[in-house]
Amino acid sequence: MPTRKPAPKNKPTAAKKAAKAVSSVKASGVKAKAAPKAVSPGKPRPGITGARKAAKVVGKVMASVKGAVHNEADIFSELEKLAAYIQDAKKEIAALRPQEVKEDFLPRASDELDAIIGATADATNAIMDATEIVEDVMAGLKDKPADQLMTATTAIYEACTFQDITGQRITRVVQTLQDIESKVDGLLTAFDTGEGKATKIKTLKKKPEKKEITDADLLNGPQDADKATSQAEIDALLASFD
Amino acid sequence: MAVDMNMNVLIVDDYKTMLRILRNLLKQLNFNNVDEATDGTMAMEVLGQKDFGLVISDWNMEPMTGIQLLRLVRADDKLKHLPFVMITAESKSENVIAAKEAGVSNYIVKPFNAATLRSKLVSVLGEF
Repeated sequence: MPTRKPAPKNKPTAAKKAAKAVSSVKASGVKAKAAPKAVSPGKPRPGITGARKAAKVVGKVMASVKGAVHNEADIFSELEKLAAYIQDAKKEIAALRPQEVKEDFLPRASDELDAIIGATADATNAIMDATEIVEDVMAGLKDKPADQLMTATTAIYEACTFQDITGQRITRVVQTLQDIESKVDGLLTAFDTGEGKATKIKTLKKKPEKKEITDADLLNGPQDADKATSQAEIDALLASFD
Repeated sequence: MAVDMNMNVLIVDDYKTMLRILRNLLKQLNFNNVDEATDGTMAMEVLGQKDFGLVISDWNMEPMTGIQLLRLVRADDKLKHLPFVMITAESKSENVIAAKEAGVSNYIVKPFNAATLRSKLVSVLGEF
């Protein structure tokens, strides 16, 4: 695992040098970056409303416990409302047929994405088969025609790298679907909607604060085009070490 | 010193398509002795079989990633001076810093073009 050595005094750290290098390139306008998109408040999602209601009821319960005016009847009344909300939430989740989502929808979506990777790989290989034939013909040519074909075939190879990038992006989507699948599984168990198999309850723990960058932290895949670091920025970053 | 265009070049990527693209682009640059590996473990095996003049590796591979391969190469007495270029879609600053700290010779972000590949190889190997 990469660990950072403490930087000597009066010497900028690699990270600071890196940040300076990147900001310097950005300032030079090598690559204009799009402003971050404003977050739209959007419509409240179903389920969130229920959670808010439940939180409100819990708040009331706590207030009645802590408040000056309270009695057992108030507390029981609020707890009954809370229980009713939980029952409603369970019914709503059951109506969503999470087992179907887990066993049918998610695997099907995952299979479709795998098929896309396969199809684009096949298409890319077919394009390269044809391009290699063009290269063989090119070997028998000279001067301008040979140069023109060389330029064209190079451009085709460059364009074919799309398959690698899209493949990595789709793989990440498939991994996300698998995460959703395990969350749905946990939901089925936690709410025991009656249609899920009883598996052990998965507790959702918060990730501990990162103290050092691990190899796993460095596997992020392709970045969004408007956020990706450009080759010029990477060159500047590398040069900052010299 | 002139670059030996007959040197053995090892390309490492878990996408066969990318290996083929790289091989063809290297062929257009007149590097004809190109070997392939699909992950870091296989790459170390191939590197032990003959002498190589250059490694071009992807980062995101299983079970051994490109950065792990780079660290193994740099820790090996016979291989530690071998030019090692990373070609990857991992473009975050921390990736570049980690690669540099591990001893990468140069870093190319995907998608890349033939001109970028050539210029980075020139900076590592010298003009050819």
